[in-house]
Amino acid sequence: MSAAVAVPMATGRVRGLRRGTWGMWMLILTELMIFGALVGSYFYVRAGQHPWPPAGIEKPPLGKISIATVVLLGSSVPMAWAEWAIRRGHVGRLKLGLAVAWIMGAAFLANQAVEYHDLHFGIRPTVYGSLFYTITGLHGAHLLVGLVMNAVVQAKAWLGKFDGQRHHTVEIASLYWHFVDAVWILVFSSLYLSPWLLR
Amino acid sequence: MTTTALPVVDEDVVETAWRDAPGLIGFLTSVDHKRIGVRYIYTAFIFFFVAGLQALVMRVQLAEPDLHVLGPSAYNQLFTMHGTTMIFLFNTPVLAGFGNYLLPLQLGTRDMAFPRLNAFSYWVFLLSGLFMFTSQFMGKAPDGGWFSYVPLTGKTYSPALNIDFWGLGVIFLGISTTVGAVNFIVTVFKMRAPGMTLNRMPVFVWSILVMGFMILFAVPALTVACGLLEMDRKVGTAFYDPLRKGSPLLFQHLFWFWGHPEVYILLVPAIGMIATIVPVFAKARLKAYVWVVTAVVGIGFVSFGLWVHHMFATGLPSQAMGFFSGASLTISIPSGIVIFALIATLWRGTVRWSTPLLYTIGFVSIFVLGGITGVMVAVMPFDWQVHDTYFVVAHFHYVLVGGVLFPIFAALYYWLPKMTGRMLSERLGKWSFWIMFAGFNLGFFPQHILGLLGMPRRIYTYPAGLGWDWLNMLSTVGGFLFGLGTAVSLYNFFWSRARGAPAGPNPWDGDTLEWSLPSPPPHENFAVIPAVSSRHPMWDGVLPAANVEGGGVDAALERQTPITEGMDTVVEDIMQVPEETYVPFLSALGVGIVFVGFLVSQVTVIVVGVVLAAAAVGVWTWRTAEDIR
Repeated sequence: MSAAVAVPMATGRVRGLRRGTWGMWMLILTELMIFGALVGSYFYVRAGQHPWPPAGIEKPPLGKISIATVVLLGSSVPMAWAEWAIRRGHVGRLKLGLAVAWIMGAAFLANQAVEYHDLHFGIRPTVYGSLFYTITGLHGAHLLVGLVMNAVVQAKAWLGKFDGQRHHTVEIASLYWHFVDAVWILVFSSLYLSPWLLR
Repeated sequence: MTTTALPVVDEDVVETAWRDAPGLIGFLTSVDHKRIGVRYIYTAFIFFFVAGLQALVMRVQLAEPDLHVLGPSAYNQLFTMHGTTMIFLFNTPVLAGFGNYLLPLQLGTRDMAFPRLNAFSYWVFLLSGLFMFTSQFMGKAPDGGWFSYVPLTGKTYSPALNIDFWGLGVIFLGISTTVGAVNFIVTVFKMRAPGMTLNRMPVFVWSILVMGFMILFAVPALTVACGLLEMDRKVGTAFYDPLRKGSPLLFQHLFWFWGHPEVYILLVPAIGMIATIVPVFAKARLKAYVWVVTAVVGIGFVSFGLWVHHMFATGLPSQAMGFFSGASLTISIPSGIVIFALIATLWRGTVRWSTPLLYTIGFVSIFVLGGITGVMVAVMPFDWQVHDTYFVVAHFHYVLVGGVLFPIFAALYYWLPKMTGRMLSERLGKWSFWIMFAGFNLGFFPQHILGLLGMPRRIYTYPAGLGWDWLNMLSTVGGFLFGLGTAVSLYNFFWSRARGAPAGPNPWDGDTLEWSLPSPPPHENFAVIPAVSSRHPMWDGVLPAANVEGGGVDAALERQTPITEGMDTVVEDIMQVPEETYVPFLSALGVGIVFVGFLVSQVTVIVVGVVLAAAAVGVWTWRTAEDIR
């Protein structure tokens, strides 16, 4: 029965994407479509309307949000560094990178809360407000999930679950983190920049 | 044809490592893909029979002019729930059920890539179905039609909870569909047996892969459509309110961006089933395998360029509509390739007229008619004439019953013996097919004429003397005949459970790997993972890959299975199949409570749901691969 069969043998090392990474990429794909549908709705609704934003609403101020954007996109750097470190077995640097990224993400979210408080238009009176708060709010919710994931990974790091060989969870969480950062580019350029750039 | 050479092992020993707990505990905690798959199929069929009865009640109401079996409001609820149930709670999940059951078996592995996620997606499906049907028991079922257009479904015109059951239920169910799709895709790319390269993958697996990607691209648009609808209804936002600069047409765009691909999300796996069954009963290899696979992938792409053809009567710019009209005609090319490949396979083969093949022929003939009326309504001037008439009702029933339901029945007659270990009665099967076939055509063909005579869809009654009377009576008689045909199959199912002949491993002389296993297959599927060297392993011979890491009995005893690299299926890792657990059920329950909270607008209920779901997911993800290895 144990005839010699010409089947590929285990190489002992993972060559393709691992299951969890695949799963996260697929989730990101479908999430991207959610944001795509929302931003698409934004431009669809906007297409027939002048002026935009509607009369009585100022164009979104770019000052604080630009700084917050730099902070959020910048948070991918310590996250990538943390992942790079654990590949080489540096648990201490992993913890540090995760913490720095967490603080930067939380700072962005805090700025978002302040901005919601400062903005003078509501979610109900016009579709502009509905779109603005729904899309930025959904992104904020994603960032919140990212912060929770980051904290869980931090806790696992303290419990000594990761080393140079075992760190798949870090890779998956970091992938999600980068996605939440990257999709902000789409949200920011649509909701904040486009009212200034497009007529 | 060589027989297989998979070794016989002591089942009892391996089985103990995989067996579920007995009774209710096992029911709630099992992560076995076969159990989940069968459960998906049975649950979906319960919804099918309920929605079928709803249709019959409607046909009674329409049998003669000026009948008042139902009031208009009850009629609205019935047609909405009939469509919603058939699309969301029967067709999509039953195909997912077959995917769940068959994918690991056809790929030659011991479970799905994410077994617990698989259990989770079943529970979400079940709970979202119960969520939507609760409305029926309360007499507050959704009543805005299965596509629930605004402004009718906005707060102004539908103030009660009816529409919220629909909007929230659809989002809830979308979670199940989405995680199921992720699971399918990753399973196909990471779990194939050694040697099963992409060009040796069974057509059904290809079709499930394409379906998975289509779901990931399409369902978000539906989620957004319903999410914005519920925001408008619950929060008071302005998305679909033109007075506050919103756009009702936006809902239609978002809905049909999902809604049209959805037709093909259903059709593609059905094609996969048919292309699996036809070669077996023709005793011939599928002609033009590469063309069929390419066509299936092509259908997946083109289906995203068609959605506006549902909106030809909305006054969009005619150039834009011209594009979608052209794309709608284009889809008949890949569909045609598939049909011709099937005909060629039958032509060159030695045909056995068993029940599964009969249903397949039913598929080809009815679906082709539905395709022809599809080409007709893809042409704008014709569409304007028949839009929202019974012609359209006839068209999509020909497509969905012919294109999806008949293949599902073919698949049932083909694969149920594998699932239950008992053959169905051929005699009853043939009776069932012919009654269904006659009943279907009698029931739905007259509706083409009714549409051309101007009968609008969704009216609860009509006056006499419009020339519609006898056609409606015919349609009602046909509908009941069709129902009788499905009932014969239901009886056949129970008959086979009690008296059916034992199926044995390979009653049909099938070519794919599930037929190398006993019927029903043991919990671990393959005590030794097979090594594949052909597109038709059961016809060309299959050998054990016992010497591959994770492939042998020792690994089966440890609940392990090999993970392979996506392209050339080199084993690169070993997966530990999780033990049975309550966590998927509790997570789904938590999510369900969140949706109930949204429905009744109670923040406390939402918080309870979030806490339960978060706790369950926390337990779920706390122990990961890092702990196990």
